[in-house]
Amino acid sequence: MLTIENLRKSFGGVNAMNGVSLRFDTGSLTAVIGPNGAGKTTFFNLITGAFKPDSGRVLLGDEDIAGLSAPEIVRRGVGRAFQIASIFPTLSVRESILCAINAHRHWHANWRHRFPLAAAQTAAEEALELVGLTSRANALSGNLSHGDQKLLDIALALALEPRVLLLDEPTAGMGTEERWQMIETVHQLWALKKMTLIFIEHDMDIVFKYAQTIRVLSYGTVLAEGTAEQVRRDPRVIEAYLGAHYKEQPA
Amino acid sequence: MTKTLSRDLIVAAMALAALAMLPLVFPGKHVSDFVIRLSAFAVFATSLNLLVGYGGMVSFGHGLFYGLGAYSFALLMQKAGVSIPVAWIATLVLSAVVATVIGAICIRLREIYFSFLTLAFQMLLYSLIIAWTSFTGGDQGLTGGIPRPSFLGIRLDDPQHLYLFCCVVMVGSLLLMRHLVQSPFGYTLRMIRDNPRRTEFLGIQVWRIRLLAFVVAGVFGSVGGMLISLFVSSAYPDFAYWTISGEAIFMILLGGMGVFLGPILGAAILLLLNDVVTRYTEHTALVLGIVILVFALGLRKGVLGTLNDWLRRRGMANVAKSGQAKAVARTG
Repeated sequence: MLTIENLRKSFGGVNAMNGVSLRFDTGSLTAVIGPNGAGKTTFFNLITGAFKPDSGRVLLGDEDIAGLSAPEIVRRGVGRAFQIASIFPTLSVRESILCAINAHRHWHANWRHRFPLAAAQTAAEEALELVGLTSRANALSGNLSHGDQKLLDIALALALEPRVLLLDEPTAGMGTEERWQMIETVHQLWALKKMTLIFIEHDMDIVFKYAQTIRVLSYGTVLAEGTAEQVRRDPRVIEAYLGAHYKEQPA
Repeated sequence: MTKTLSRDLIVAAMALAALAMLPLVFPGKHVSDFVIRLSAFAVFATSLNLLVGYGGMVSFGHGLFYGLGAYSFALLMQKAGVSIPVAWIATLVLSAVVATVIGAICIRLREIYFSFLTLAFQMLLYSLIIAWTSFTGGDQGLTGGIPRPSFLGIRLDDPQHLYLFCCVVMVGSLLLMRHLVQSPFGYTLRMIRDNPRRTEFLGIQVWRIRLLAFVVAGVFGSVGGMLISLFVSSAYPDFAYWTISGEAIFMILLGGMGVFLGPILGAAILLLLNDVVTRYTEHTALVLGIVILVFALGLRKGVLGTLNDWLRRRGMANVAKSGQAKAVARTG
């Protein structure tokens, strides 16, 4: 279980995160939504160690991971993918996955053996298969399409076998069909891996269809939380983010 | 043993055999002297390429280790009177310690700040060499030559032995560095070069890998210095001057930083250019400047990098052509 308690972060005079407290049950699928500037990505950055919180706790199980460095947090089982795909452009897709597996298994500083290590190869092929990148395994990551780069970014995070996976707008910059394909893939991965998955998303159709629970952030605070139905009908969410037309749509 | 390791070992053995036979084909001193100088610069430039080409860390001060290697080895031989293996190992250890201290300070800095801080450390060593005249000989360098007592039947005061020794050290060092860049560690370096932030989010402490690479590069850089010190039987302040780092960077650019053999070819071209141009004109710097300009403008990936690209494009074109031919055959 991931529990956030009274998380605060300010940049100069701007309170980006203003006492956020949330709980994410083990194995749950949660969407984090909110208007631009609500603090969604900052929220992810604070959980994953990209920023150090000014105060508050981030409990992974019983351990407070707030303030630890990014690698230390990753080692405890929190993986993430980025809004703009964060990959290794000059490595092939297969090499990238192999590198991620090496990192996960503490083989990344091994200098005695040749790359790739035989023990990592089967896992790499499975990971490629899982995200549907087998046919592009030998392509340079930098030459992949936008959608495939996003998939690779997710595959890199998955190679770490995370207990909690944070996806920052997995469908950002994609066309309608590609978006639905991507979220379907993500949903299948979540069902298969049984991890806690939290994703930031702006497409409300996707959010309402796939998220078990939804957390709404606004100005660094939690505006609302609940199921799709509860959030859809919450007047504060309609006012701050959804707009009136969402009231009219059937559940 | 993996296929790639076997291949590298075979290539190394063949290169060593070819180098060993070279004096039989070209008996003059000129060729063997050239190969000895090449051995020093090839090891030095390749060690810098571990940082620049594989780790994305552009060090302007890598010459520090070249100078340190030359002076440490020469001083130990001249003043402490130790055997060559002892001086060799002591220099490697000293280089590793110095690289650890300087690396710990520099590697957390990014890009230009890293580059210039390494340069500052190199100029610190240079200033020390110039200022400490009683110990280092100041701007005259170490005078009186360095003793080269024989060890394990190897007599480095014999030109043939010295030639073979330098060839073995060069090929051995290059083989070790090749193995390193083909290991998981080498691939982690590439990850850091491409995207250090993502590397951290895969659970890797980037600074540790960077520091390790800095130390390894420093140690191999000092090997280059020791080889040149053995050759000239001395050590001069020029070995620690900033231009040495500049030359190594140019060798990398000349040969191609994305290719392991690039810096070696670059070292050979630069040394050859220097030798040839010096024979015809005293304006060596002007000619080298023009060559640098040509490479900066027209051959940005260096000789081997450009050749690689051309071969890849040709390969892709051939694949496309054969695909078209198959499609025509099917439809026809």
